[in-house]
Amino acid sequence: MGAITRRQVEHVARLARLELTEEEIDLFTTQLGDILKWVDKLQELDTTDVEPTAHTIPLRNVMRKDEVKPSWPKEEILKNASDEHNGFFRVPRILEEE
Amino acid sequence: MKLCEMTAYELSAALAERRVSAVEVVKAVFERIDAWEEELRCYITLDREGALAAAREVDAERAKGAKGTKGAKEANSRPLAGIPVAVKDNLSTRGLPTTCGSRHLQHYIPPYDATVIEKIRAAGMIVIGKTNMDEFAMGSSTETSGFYPTRNPWDTARIPGGSSGGSAAAVAAGEAVLALGSDTGGSIRQPAAFCGVVGLKPTYGLVSRYGLGAYGSSFDQVGPLARDVRDTAMLLQVLAGYDPLDSTSIHREVPDYLAALGGDVRGLVVGLPQEYFSPGIDSGVRAAVLAAVKVLEEGGAIIKEVSLPHTEYALAAFYLIAPSECSSNLARFDGIRYGYRAAGAPDTVTMFCRSRAESFGPEVKRRIMLGTYALSSGYYDAYYLKAQRVRTLVKQDFDKAFAECQVLVTPTTPTTAFRLGEKINDPLAMYMTDICTIPVNMAALPAISVPCGLVGGLPVGLQLIAPVLQEELLLRTAYYYEQAAAPLSHCPKPEPKPEPKPSSEVSK
Repeated sequence: MGAITRRQVEHVARLARLELTEEEIDLFTTQLGDILKWVDKLQELDTTDVEPTAHTIPLRNVMRKDEVKPSWPKEEILKNASDEHNGFFRVPRILEEE
Repeated sequence: MKLCEMTAYELSAALAERRVSAVEVVKAVFERIDAWEEELRCYITLDREGALAAAREVDAERAKGAKGTKGAKEANSRPLAGIPVAVKDNLSTRGLPTTCGSRHLQHYIPPYDATVIEKIRAAGMIVIGKTNMDEFAMGSSTETSGFYPTRNPWDTARIPGGSSGGSAAAVAAGEAVLALGSDTGGSIRQPAAFCGVVGLKPTYGLVSRYGLGAYGSSFDQVGPLARDVRDTAMLLQVLAGYDPLDSTSIHREVPDYLAALGGDVRGLVVGLPQEYFSPGIDSGVRAAVLAAVKVLEEGGAIIKEVSLPHTEYALAAFYLIAPSECSSNLARFDGIRYGYRAAGAPDTVTMFCRSRAESFGPEVKRRIMLGTYALSSGYYDAYYLKAQRVRTLVKQDFDKAFAECQVLVTPTTPTTAFRLGEKINDPLAMYMTDICTIPVNMAALPAISVPCGLVGGLPVGLQLIAPVLQEELLLRTAYYYEQAAAPLSHCPKPEPKPEPKPSSEVSK
């Protein structure tokens, strides 16, 4: 564990949907490496018989009745979109042309 | 004393007796904003018109009520009606821009109010504006804001802390009377400590997260910032309570927090975790906190040394779990439904990648990267799952400590407010500033930061930590300390503007 390679940083950036510059990749390779080296101190602890905690307060699933209720007005929602067309969000091409 | 420097409790009485109007109070706050905001930059958005309109409404209702018997009842049921409040910009406000401190959301206007915003509006409180913050609450100094840093009113060369730095600075400076913040790893308590105000992080689940911009969802809590403990209790009263729109909301009757104040600390068992008084804590800060402990001891509290042995691991575990949750939460920012979209991308995936890269700042990118890595195939067990196991150990530390004592007392921060630019290029040094506050979030506990004096002219915060849902005990203890010690003798004020020079020709 510990250090991270430049290639790994590039791979993670793709997973995270971040187009990083060359300078950012260099910077993050160093900085993430430092942070990972630091968090490696966790490996000192024996946690074999320790259960992981996701939430500290016991939770119960919350159910609600399946009722039809008015939602927010479409116009108001679309106001925040950077591109819309005929009441829909417009996005760049998703499928390749034949 | 100026209206904008009075507490909500004092203003509430003055408003109820109609010695002052809500419009006058709001105007006084904006007068202070006009005098100082240019330098401090506590806010991202100000809503002068909206605030004045809401204040007029409160005054009209009170005038109507005064004719009948309704007036007195109204004052009792809505004690904070007419009180100006600043709102951290990661809380959704209908019709008012909500940026989360990010360029990505610079033009986003929410179609709905967060539950806490509905509550403060129903209480008749006046929203002054939206406060500056570290981008998506990721930061400890308000320097990662996508817009500009906020300055500390006690020393404008210094940061106000973060991520709720704008909220803390606004309350300290009289640019608001009360404020809402959010706390994932200390983001209410740390800036409260640096700015000499009171800040409370409630038990996880006490206050609704509906409409709060999500960062680390298993830690995030909304809470109050105020000038004293009584005001903090009054605002918590408005915020707390079950919300069906938040699946982690606790279903339980809300106690009367104001009624919890008063009484003494005789026989209260106060624990001092030795790990929080290590050499890493500034000696001035340590001395101020120990002097506060002395005040509790003189009041009859029993002081006991306890140990939280996993403290040094809590921070490392947090900086794996919180970025993991953030990398998942921030996946929603795709530039399609709202938020920034990069122009000219040839396909959707490139559009996602560029929109995010062009609009997120370095700290947000760093945490998304770290979290994505910790959750990625092959590393999940070693990082994320390991950190979740350590979280269990941290919680068990607190369970054991609370078997021996009722309240824990620590410094809120290892130092006083640092200088702008001092730590911004060193992520690890910045993360270390939250060492005293993060373990509390790991265990979902309530904690409060109360001013406990000045060191080198800068405020020091005393942190009190209580078991889950023991906010009353926390507030009572903090209130006792505040009354017994009167920790701050003055509040920061803007430098008086130079008088316009009379023309020398005229006078002679």
